[in-house]
Amino acid sequence: MISKERKFWIYEIMNKIRYFELKALRLFEENKLRGSVHLYAGEEAVAAAVCSQLTDDDYITSTHRGHGHCIAKGAELDKAMAELMGKETGYCKGRSGSMHIADFTKGNLGANAIVGGGIPIATGAALAAKLQKNDKVAVSFFGDGASNEGTFHESLNLAAVWKLPIIFVCENNGFGISVPVAQSTSVENISDRAVGYGIPGVTIDGNDVFAVYEAFETAVKRAKSGDGPTLIECKTYRTLGHWTGDPQTYRDKKDVEMWRDTKDPIQLFKKRLVDAGDFTAAELDTVEEAAKAEADAAAEFAINSPNPDPADVMDDVFYEA
Amino acid sequence: MSKKTYATAIRDVIAEEMRRDENVFVMGEDIELLGGIFGCTRDLYKEFGTDRIRNTPISEAAMVGAGVGAACAGMRPIVELMYMDFTLVAADQIINQAAKTRYIFGGKAKIPLVIRGQQGIGRGNAATHSQSLETIFMHFPGIKVACPSNAADAAGLLRTAIRDDNPVMFFEHKALYASKFEVPDDPDFCVPFGKAEIKRTGKDVTIVGSLLYVSRALEAAAELEKIGIDAEVIDPRTMVPFDMDTIIESVKKTGKLVVVHEAHKVAGWGAEVVSEVVDGAFKYLDAAPIHLGAKACPLPFNIELENAVVPSVQQIVEAAKKVCYR
Ligand SMILES: Cc1ncc(C[n+]2csc(CCOP(=O)(O)OP(=O)(O)O)c2C)c(N)n1
Ligand SMILES: [Mg+2]
Repeated sequence: MISKERKFWIYEIMNKIRYFELKALRLFEENKLRGSVHLYAGEEAVAAAVCSQLTDDDYITSTHRGHGHCIAKGAELDKAMAELMGKETGYCKGRSGSMHIADFTKGNLGANAIVGGGIPIATGAALAAKLQKNDKVAVSFFGDGASNEGTFHESLNLAAVWKLPIIFVCENNGFGISVPVAQSTSVENISDRAVGYGIPGVTIDGNDVFAVYEAFETAVKRAKSGDGPTLIECKTYRTLGHWTGDPQTYRDKKDVEMWRDTKDPIQLFKKRLVDAGDFTAAELDTVEEAAKAEADAAAEFAINSPNPDPADVMDDVFYEA
Repeated sequence: MSKKTYATAIRDVIAEEMRRDENVFVMGEDIELLGGIFGCTRDLYKEFGTDRIRNTPISEAAMVGAGVGAACAGMRPIVELMYMDFTLVAADQIINQAAKTRYIFGGKAKIPLVIRGQQGIGRGNAATHSQSLETIFMHFPGIKVACPSNAADAAGLLRTAIRDDNPVMFFEHKALYASKFEVPDDPDFCVPFGKAEIKRTGKDVTIVGSLLYVSRALEAAAELEKIGIDAEVIDPRTMVPFDMDTIIESVKKTGKLVVVHEAHKVAGWGAEVVSEVVDGAFKYLDAAPIHLGAKACPLPFNIELENAVVPSVQQIVEAAKKVCYR
């Protein structure tokens, strides 16, 4: 059972992510933003339902498609947008752009531009939690494509033999850039891979907040009781291009429309909330409006922020006491 | 001659070599339908099928390692890495396997493997997608390293690489793909490895640069000409083997040397050039050589920061003036 309060939080976060992404897309199209920008719109249920069960003390690692995870783990839209624009006020002082938002104070160990790069790092954070006996958990978000990297396989085995408090959350959105999952991946369900490491693996509807929530709740219990990791495969779909500007000639427009028009996670969740009488449609519309306004304000903040000073470019290469 | 982009020149050579030798095939991420993110295999799957233009899972260590194995077993694989930064994900298979297999087995193996892809600055790809790594692979004996600075060299060097029976790392530059250049139509056009090209002759100072820094060195030379300094610009074209002789001969004439690269300055290949020139032309030097390279800092995303990390045309000009005591 998800508390009413938490449902509201999840709905709010999903909308913040959605409008942040749409704003980023607009800014990219207007040439106000450059680099590789991978949008998460349409996959919000996963980040929101997972992070609703974490505190700032728990860890996540994210991916190149990381804005959603970062926002759900507490990132402020204005600092995130400023980072996308390479501004001094951004999360990484303009050093890193879209693919690298991190906020260690919130347990966000970072988005990661290397596919599969974050999986061992989350595993290490879980190792630290185990050694420090502090009841924290770590979550590694990664894509279907990343499950073909060695880091995925090595990390699952390591976390399994050491019984680490980690949850591996695979977002299977159907593609690694242009390559459909079936062409690159040996198993029907990515969760089948858990068998090879002696851990539970489940596949769920990643556009259904309730399904993600429940699967993750079970996995967290297992992690906290010292039984080790779980692999959760969230089946979802990337309704936008791989990156902004992707011509998407590798797939059928009808599939995209079907997912966008009938399986949108925000619309599905909204309907469930209204049908259950948790909130009125009008109450939820207000949330949406607020998210939209917050994304617009974030863009304004980013646009009006200064660029970093090139004279400081060598700062932060090493820690200096 | 045909005027082509760097990307098209690469694609055409791959196609011609695949027609010529059925053992040549390509594997890489998104190279079938998408034709690679820079179009270097665009539409080739239509002619050659997906056995020979083969999409891989996102598994760089396995892709490169499978390239080594297929080469040992008689094929001539070309492995496309989407970014050469991902060589680091496959580093063991390149450095401990591809580079050493022939030697460790007493000369039994032959590894006609090409590992190619793009690197460098220019697209706001930040720290893990903008590095210049040719310099680190020069350190490991057993792999050849090519760095084409224009479409003709890309074509000629790639053909040589594909026909070579050794592993070759082929570093393209992301900012060069759209640049156009006259490329010979001869289907056997090869640029030999270990043969530098003098891009501009001059008598006052020798400037050595590769990849993006060939055009930047030429821009600097044009600036220098305005103040009466006549620069000679040399593009080594391959890093392994490296044509030190052409550079030493040039320095014997000019007495001054500036080496510039996008790779980090620290332990960059420019240091090797300076060292060899000091060895081979010491008594001809009129000034201490200058070596320019990226600052000892990861490549930042913000474009002003990125520009601050790599050498500018102005810095090349200043360095040349300095060695000329101007
Ligand atoms: C090691 C590595 N290989 C390749 C890439 C290039 N790349 C970036 S995203 C991507 C696809 C990733 O697919 P998936 O893991 O399914 O995530 P999605 O983009 O679908 O969210 C690829 C191949 C990379 N960044 N890092
Ligand atoms: Mg995917």
